[in-house]
Amino acid sequence: MTRPPVSIPFAEALERKFGSAVSRFAKDAYIVAQPEILPSVCEFVFWELECPFAGLIVEEREQWELRYVFLLPNSGWLHFLLRLPLATRNLPSISAQVHAADWYEREAEDLFGLCFEEHPRLGDFILHDQVWQEGIAPMRKAFDATGMHFEKRPQSDWRPTLVVQDPGAFAMPVGPVYEGGAGESVHFLLETVGEDVIRAVPRLFYNYRGVEKIAAGKSVDDVLLLAERFSAKSAFAHSLAYCQAVEEIRGLGIPRRATHFRVVLAELERMRHHAGVIDGICQSTGLSVSEAHAAMIEERLLRASCIFTGHRYLFGLNTPGGLRRDFENGAAQELLSAVDDASAQLECLEERLRYSSSFLDRLEDVGIVSPASSLDLNLVGPVGRASGLRRDVRRSSPYCGYEQYDFEVPSEIEGDGYARLRLLFAEARQSARLIHRATELLEPGPVCTGKMEMTTGAAMGAVEAPIGAALHWVRLDGQGRIERYRILSPSFRNWLGLHVAVEDFAFQDFPIILATFGLSAAECDR
Amino acid sequence: MSFWPWYGLRRGIQSTRYPYAPESAPGISPGRPVSTDFASADEAAGAAAVCPVGAITAVGSRVNVDLRTCVWCQRCRFGANPLHWDTGFEWTRSIKGSPLSEAFARSLHVMIVDAGDCGACLHEVKQLNNPLYNMHRLGFFLTATPRSADVLLVVGPVSENMRGPLLKTYDAMPDPKRVIAVGSCAISGGVFGRTFMSAGGAGSVLPVDLEVPGDPPPPLAILHGLLVVTGRKQIAEVR
Repeated sequence: MTRPPVSIPFAEALERKFGSAVSRFAKDAYIVAQPEILPSVCEFVFWELECPFAGLIVEEREQWELRYVFLLPNSGWLHFLLRLPLATRNLPSISAQVHAADWYEREAEDLFGLCFEEHPRLGDFILHDQVWQEGIAPMRKAFDATGMHFEKRPQSDWRPTLVVQDPGAFAMPVGPVYEGGAGESVHFLLETVGEDVIRAVPRLFYNYRGVEKIAAGKSVDDVLLLAERFSAKSAFAHSLAYCQAVEEIRGLGIPRRATHFRVVLAELERMRHHAGVIDGICQSTGLSVSEAHAAMIEERLLRASCIFTGHRYLFGLNTPGGLRRDFENGAAQELLSAVDDASAQLECLEERLRYSSSFLDRLEDVGIVSPASSLDLNLVGPVGRASGLRRDVRRSSPYCGYEQYDFEVPSEIEGDGYARLRLLFAEARQSARLIHRATELLEPGPVCTGKMEMTTGAAMGAVEAPIGAALHWVRLDGQGRIERYRILSPSFRNWLGLHVAVEDFAFQDFPIILATFGLSAAECDR
Repeated sequence: MSFWPWYGLRRGIQSTRYPYAPESAPGISPGRPVSTDFASADEAAGAAAVCPVGAITAVGSRVNVDLRTCVWCQRCRFGANPLHWDTGFEWTRSIKGSPLSEAFARSLHVMIVDAGDCGACLHEVKQLNNPLYNMHRLGFFLTATPRSADVLLVVGPVSENMRGPLLKTYDAMPDPKRVIAVGSCAISGGVFGRTFMSAGGAGSVLPVDLEVPGDPPPPLAILHGLLVVTGRKQIAEVR
């Protein structure tokens, strides 16, 4: 993966505005000299230079290293690096300037014990207050992840903060164990005075397994198992992002046959994922025949994945340097016929749904996310694209040779539930076309580069996962072990935006809006 | 709108005949590694060495596979000393407890709790409701409330934040009740193991009656587990 260096006007604009306080550090990293100017730098980059905020990476090394990652509008990303002595506990918050940073700062406060001054809502985020006492910082290096070596004294008086204060106002709690289907563990607090949801607060991280913590100190191969198993619905995309980061550190070139197969598998996963989300939407509206059909399409693709790779969820295929095994061209042809069949059936389903007025009534003008708020909260993937954000990592920083493929990034402008549904269908169709194209490009050769040498360093892998941009930051130490593994997952970003879509809509719309977002709690929680 | 019933009927019956007839549609199950005899102890040791989670152990020229810890990474399937992989899906293991009485055989209400699952096991349970598996035809239903549940399916390694809700759910279920751990994570903690945030499986917080190994177990393996818990199927001999 080669990325062009930062464009000159961008660098000039930064220098004119901040002078030597912000200096170029590496090809894609700037160093911010004093913490005091950080909020104004981030505000400038986000609002004036129009770079979406992609996440915060905190590293505990000889000193604190905080990387504020911004995506460049057209290519790659930028890090703004803030270095602070390890004794530092307080630093400025940027959430007032960049709303998308809200949850990242809460996460860093909970896991590292850093305090972001003037942040309105710190505490009780990942470590739930009714389970964990204050003052535990599990991501600190000194914290031993292997056992319960500390005394847990939960604050049993934890109570949700209610904001709506009106006669007759009440809060409806939902979850974490709910839904007769198979819902993930999420808790919602829906505040209302009757019919409409006035304030929706998702409480997540019931599924937090500390993936980033337990990855530290493990070998590259062992962390690969974690990378593909923390979120099964986009397992291949995440293992791909992880492998790309390792490949960049070690300077590995990928054989062309492997890149084409990676495209095939990544698009197969996207198609299956989208069929699953469509199934969820049909289920939420109670249209059972369409739900059954969508579920069968999804199962068809799961079986096709299993026939092709041996695993229904595409585990155990990626490895740094390529793929773990080769596939026969004949098997690829068999896969193609299954993909074509699924694609045709999806088209048939879409056609039927488009003429179901009662179904459309539940989706149209429901759960609207305006382009302004999707920009503000930096929503990604189909949710962002349905609100006019035409962003796709496959286009902005192509990997796996996506630059050779001729494809348009579909987008919609309405930002309602129906726009998201249309987008899911469009992307599934496009994935089928990309699978075709990738199999045409297949050429004989190896699928994996040979033994790799030990190198230290850090790099970021970026992949357009089915839910949106997934960024994996990996730092390797001298023994080839993982020093820091950081996952910036798309669900984390989109969960933050869910409340915008839910608020001011009726209670009965809530499950439908939730389904159209197609979020994964496991991917968010890690 | 009136076309939906016709649209559905026209597709005909798609459901599997399992358990009344064997099911062997391709892609229905990833299969499982089988304990295998190799020609020499060296080959066996080589086959065991590829396993990243220590599920394969070599004893002389024979390798034994522990499905409880296997994470289906397939590293032993392809490579220099491949293990034999069975294509079936009936690999439920009994831990303790007897099947539920005859009264539950055709009316079983199943509660599922996501205790830190990655989404795969949960999804495979959800697939049991689709027309291809259609567990309703066997009298099995997913329920949203523990008060009406007979069986608790636990998926995920039991994350610390879910420990409380999981125990509350179990306590709210009326007797008699059974607990099935679904997937490697719920059985042994899987790749997450036993850490500050993961209890290392459902067994460390609840009395587990049955285990369905797999990462994730395919829908029919889970269905087999439900058939075993109602006494409608016997536990198959798993090498």
